[in-house]
Amino acid sequence: MDIRSQISMVFHLDKCIGCHTCSIACKNIWTDRKGAEYMWWNNVETKPGTGYPGKWEDQLIYKGGWEKQDNVLSLKGAGKRKGLSNIFHNPNMPVIDDYYEPFTYKYLDLIESPAGDDQPTARPVSLITGDPIDIKMGPNWDDDLSGSPDYARKDPNLANLSPAEQEAMFQLERMAFFYLPRICNHCLNPACVASCPSGAIYKRGEDGIVLINQNECRAWRMCVTGCPYKKSYYNWHSGKSEKCILCYPRIEAGHAPACMHSCVGRIRYLGVILYDADKIEAAALADEANLIDQQLDILQDPFDPEVIESAKQNGVADSTIRAAQFSPVYKFVKKWGMALPLHAEWRTLPMLFYVPPLLPVMASLSEVDNTEQAAKMGDIAKHWDDNWLYDTSTEELWGSIEQARFPLQYMANLFSAGDTEKVKTVIKKLMAVRIYRRWKTVGDISEEKSNETLQQAGLTASTAEDIYYLTSLAKFDDRFVIPAAHREQAIEMLEDTGDKKGSAGFGFKEGTARRGP
Amino acid sequence: MNTLNNFLFIALPYIAIVVFLVGNIYRYVSTQFTYSSLSAQFLEDKQGFWGTVPFHIGILMLFLGHLAIFLFPEATLAWNSNPVRLIIHEGIAFTFGLTVLIALIGLMLRRLFNKRLRVVTSKMDIVIELLLLTQVILGCWIALGYRWGTSWFAADLTPYLWSIFQFDPQIQAVSALPLVIKLHIVGAFVIVLIFPFTRLVHFLVAPIHYLWRPYQVVIWYWDKQKIRKSSTAWTSHRPQNN
Repeated sequence: MDIRSQISMVFHLDKCIGCHTCSIACKNIWTDRKGAEYMWWNNVETKPGTGYPGKWEDQLIYKGGWEKQDNVLSLKGAGKRKGLSNIFHNPNMPVIDDYYEPFTYKYLDLIESPAGDDQPTARPVSLITGDPIDIKMGPNWDDDLSGSPDYARKDPNLANLSPAEQEAMFQLERMAFFYLPRICNHCLNPACVASCPSGAIYKRGEDGIVLINQNECRAWRMCVTGCPYKKSYYNWHSGKSEKCILCYPRIEAGHAPACMHSCVGRIRYLGVILYDADKIEAAALADEANLIDQQLDILQDPFDPEVIESAKQNGVADSTIRAAQFSPVYKFVKKWGMALPLHAEWRTLPMLFYVPPLLPVMASLSEVDNTEQAAKMGDIAKHWDDNWLYDTSTEELWGSIEQARFPLQYMANLFSAGDTEKVKTVIKKLMAVRIYRRWKTVGDISEEKSNETLQQAGLTASTAEDIYYLTSLAKFDDRFVIPAAHREQAIEMLEDTGDKKGSAGFGFKEGTARRGP
Repeated sequence: MNTLNNFLFIALPYIAIVVFLVGNIYRYVSTQFTYSSLSAQFLEDKQGFWGTVPFHIGILMLFLGHLAIFLFPEATLAWNSNPVRLIIHEGIAFTFGLTVLIALIGLMLRRLFNKRLRVVTSKMDIVIELLLLTQVILGCWIALGYRWGTSWFAADLTPYLWSIFQFDPQIQAVSALPLVIKLHIVGAFVIVLIFPFTRLVHFLVAPIHYLWRPYQVVIWYWDKQKIRKSSTAWTSHRPQNN
């Protein structure tokens, strides 16, 4: 047993309203620089959709992540042999046009144009060349475009759905979508770290944040290929790769990362999770069928005395262990079993977990006789001439899951490596809590039915209350349980604090522009 | 003429080597951030493939070829003593030279005509590209016009180059060489001279160590076990004033 601590996250997709506030907070702090304009360390995608960069989930194109062959784990498109032999030209790398060409508008033309017969316009110009461009793509170009032929229907997760299932998904009446906010997963088996020829990318031992040493990065660009989530970006101006740093300067100071702090829907949770590093290899090599189970099995119970003892032996601070015990991530992922990793089949062991969305699953279309209803309507009212009912009833307890507008297989492709039972279990729990609260607050569902639901989902009333609290009422300190970074000990170990007093905090003072002004 | 020869074949090499060493070490230590080549593949992918791959393979082989003759002149001469083997040797070398020439012209045109690439091209990039181009043209010219280079390199130039490293420069043989070859030699020293100020530095940080590094890298900022034990907390770095 080798217990280490990891800053881990849960995104509750049911609560995401797709406002992109997280993306803007991140952009304003970290990527509002030359060469980084196109980067969105945090982005929010519409699912079904192709995402950013286009079709990033299609590893036949981008060759990201790990693959298991004959019980050996190897990087799909990078690694020692493939990476070094492709060092002069990386054949599996997305280029700027796979993201979008960054642009701005010539706003000044609106003011400075000479008087004339026409209204002046602000033409779009490229942020790379400065030339006028026709905008072909931008951030969130496919926002809310469910059902669109160019985006939604090209979602790589639809690959193993039958044509009938796909058609059903995109019928106008059944149209649905949900948002998928994405940041770096700060994986336990990061493919970006493994693919970096320079060894510039590393995982911080203390909190598991994955970072790129900008001084050691030599622009070999293998991490861009290696990361299956395409969360490592190449800065074309500085010639360095950059990625989400989980706002480590904020975390070290006890603040939540900017994207999480600013989240309007309060969908984001962050906390410490204790994991057993000895189990990483086995989990990364797990059979297809056990992928999720074995990945979650790495995460350990922070109340287990044996785990605590081992953590202490590894030097995990008492305050960190305490934070792990109060961790909302531990509750969602392990205690309640309601959160799943995104695309576990890429075997990077992501440490960002998602509570799958329930909303598009709840309602379904059923065929009813609408003639009576239509007769009641006046002449000016819309005539109800079809026999469909947008059905949100829960007559059959789990019926609406089976008849969901999203096939379970689609959700399973995203969150449980294709295993529909896993996703179903989670969705049942979400529904059970909702039915339980409906009984309590609205009262149109009987107590028996509510109890039956809870029982079938494997929950108790008090657990349901806890889930409800953390989902809907949780305060800032419940959502973000950030342990002290104990930098005071770090500096004592490395330097003489008396001598360094008043001089710390400056460090990197070169301009990032490496090619003059 | 003698003064010029002395400058070009004695002074210049030493200046070049000193600047190369001092410049590279200084740049690596002071601004390691810039110590790489600015890859443009992200901005232009498809044409680049047909330029950058043959260019890199070609120039690497040419470098290794020159290095091999410098290190093993006798073996080279022995190999070249058979006319068939000589022709094969020269043929292969010339093919790589031609490959680099074509690829380099392709890469230059790509930089010239692609607006995005011009944005990431510095003046030094143009200088080093022109210099390399001149060097390759001269090299190909020498291979065709002054046969057989692989042999007389081993016989004449290898001793000269060794004499530089032995701090006893012997330039009689070099001084007698035709102008084209002299230019090629001087060009080489100029490249060595400006090397630390160009993107060529990425050659020195080629990631060979990746081969024996474990895949995953975990960095601990401090040894937490040590620091939490009162008995060992200060043994490695004892504070000076408390």
